Amino acid sequence: MNWPYAAVVVLLVLGLYTIIAQRNLLKKLVGLTIFQTAVMLFFLLSSAKRQGALPIVPSGPVDPAAYMNPLPHALMLTAIVVMVASTGVALAILIRLYAAYGSLEEDVIAERVLAESRPLDTAE
Amino acid sequence: MGAHLPILPTLLALAGALLVPIAALAGRRAAEGVAVVAAGAAGLAALAGVAEVAGGGVRRYAVAGWPAPWGIELVLDPLSAFTSAAIACVAAVALAGAGPAARAAFGGAAPRFYALALVVLTGLLGITVSGDLFNVFVFLEISSIAGYALVASGAAPALAAGFRYLVLGTVGASFYLLGVGLLYALTGTLNMGDLAARLPAVSASPLFAGGVGFIVVGLAIKIALFPLHGWLPDAYTHAPPPVAALLPAVATKAPAYALARTLLYVIRPDELPVATALAWAGAGAVVAGGLFALRQTDARRLLAYSSVSQMGYIVLGVGLANGAALTGAYLHVLNHAVMKASLFLALGALLLDARGPSLSALSLASRRPLIGGCMVVAALSMVGVPPAAGFFSKWYLLQGAIEAGQPVLVAAILLGSLLAAVYMYRLTEAVWFGPEDARAAGGRAEAAPAVLAALLVLAVATLGVGLGNAVIVDRLLAPAATATATAR
Repeated sequence: MNWPYAAVVVLLVLGLYTIIAQRNLLKKLVGLTIFQTAVMLFFLLSSAKRQGALPIVPSGPVDPAAYMNPLPHALMLTAIVVMVASTGVALAILIRLYAAYGSLEEDVIAERVLAESRPLDTAE
Repeated sequence: MGAHLPILPTLLALAGALLVPIAALAGRRAAEGVAVVAAGAAGLAALAGVAEVAGGGVRRYAVAGWPAPWGIELVLDPLSAFTSAAIACVAAVALAGAGPAARAAFGGAAPRFYALALVVLTGLLGITVSGDLFNVFVFLEISSIAGYALVASGAAPALAAGFRYLVLGTVGASFYLLGVGLLYALTGTLNMGDLAARLPAVSASPLFAGGVGFIVVGLAIKIALFPLHGWLPDAYTHAPPPVAALLPAVATKAPAYALARTLLYVIRPDELPVATALAWAGAGAVVAGGLFALRQTDARRLLAYSSVSQMGYIVLGVGLANGAALTGAYLHVLNHAVMKASLFLALGALLLDARGPSLSALSLASRRPLIGGCMVVAALSMVGVPPAAGFFSKWYLLQGAIEAGQPVLVAAILLGSLLAAVYMYRLTEAVWFGPEDARAAGGRAEAAPAVLAALLVLAVATLGVGLGNAVIVDRLLAPAATATATAR
């Protein structure tokens, strides 16, 4: 059993479950963050090596097996930027949602949205 | 200049996105002008790319001079050039026509809409030329995050729709990223050409199947493939009209292109059942989307579900993966972009004066024959009546399904057109023959000149692409389609 990868699977499932099962939009966002972080952890694990050194190499011939793979770290740096941006947009939307509906509960908001659109449909 | 053609459209759109806020200091008009010019320039650059590779050429571009497979490679071939030109040109026309709706929806904040729209365009154009799986993820998220903000920029219901779009879209992107990670762990490379060479040796590994599965499901969410379309109806219904003129036309096309590119050029799933599964899922989307569209009373939601149905056609063609079906799928990317931009632009113009977005409130076209006429042209294309463009893509798809010996898929393609005939009839009937409305009668006679011009360009394009489809198919799509068609 490869425990670090098992932890990734647990985090992935936990995140996805939170997104689906929670009715509160902020908690959904927390689940989404857990899910994204698990993907990043997976990438970083794939670069790890037993006894692997930091990939700061002297000039001259290098044994790649002695160093961690730096590429996944660079990739995840980009993925973190993406995550920060999407979380920022999500929080901005949540602030405006709370201002508009006074709640972040999915059911309450759905009810209000429906109530506001109904008069328009029945008016004809 | 010629050497930089692969990256030029993306850079022009990005430059536009950065210049719009600066131009906004000189006034809203200047910002609008800069945005339209930038999108138009991106469209022209993409067309120059088409001219460069028409007939089967390939141009490779090493970003910042780092050679592949270490650096990020951009690849301009007939398929990527065609998709990028389709997206850039339709987006430019939609932006040019979105002016009055943007002023009505955003007022003084309209420049922000243009800046974000150009960020979306940057991401979409980046996806089309990227030759690197991780780079596709980055561009996918550049376009998506700007898209979430655009959808959520409407009235209160748009906020909920935008949040839903954000959550599902991010889950889709994360699935895609996880799949890319699995393939990277297997092969140690992210470059598409490099991966294609290394994957056959490891195709027996369960990680390979897992990676392919995650990539396909992730992109399917971004495409809004039924039953993963949950974000699309609300997002396109509640998005402000100028956003609705742009996003439904182009936003799902680039992920569909990415699906075709990874599936046919990188993974080549001759043994995996994933292509067949996609063909059937596409057929399901064609029928289900059509059935949902039939039941809608809100014109915007009707068009949103019609998008679900039409994206099904594209996925169906990619899944069938024979020459004719792929040609049809690629052609439908352009056709659907043109007709959806046209329909949402026309609807946006009508909604400026209508009582509401429901079908029974739209009775305005008798006073506005030009808008109504353009809607009819787009509707005929959606149904697939020759010589409108939609007929030809569906014709190629039909041929592909017959070639593959799949009578059920043939039936689904025909049923989808039949459903489109009914729901598009409901829309055009409501627009042309609905009861006159007092407020509507007081409205202006036609739309603003910019909207009319954009609508006419799109209507002419619908007929032009239909009549001229042989040129596009022979020079661009057929070589791309037959080169990757799987022998099944």
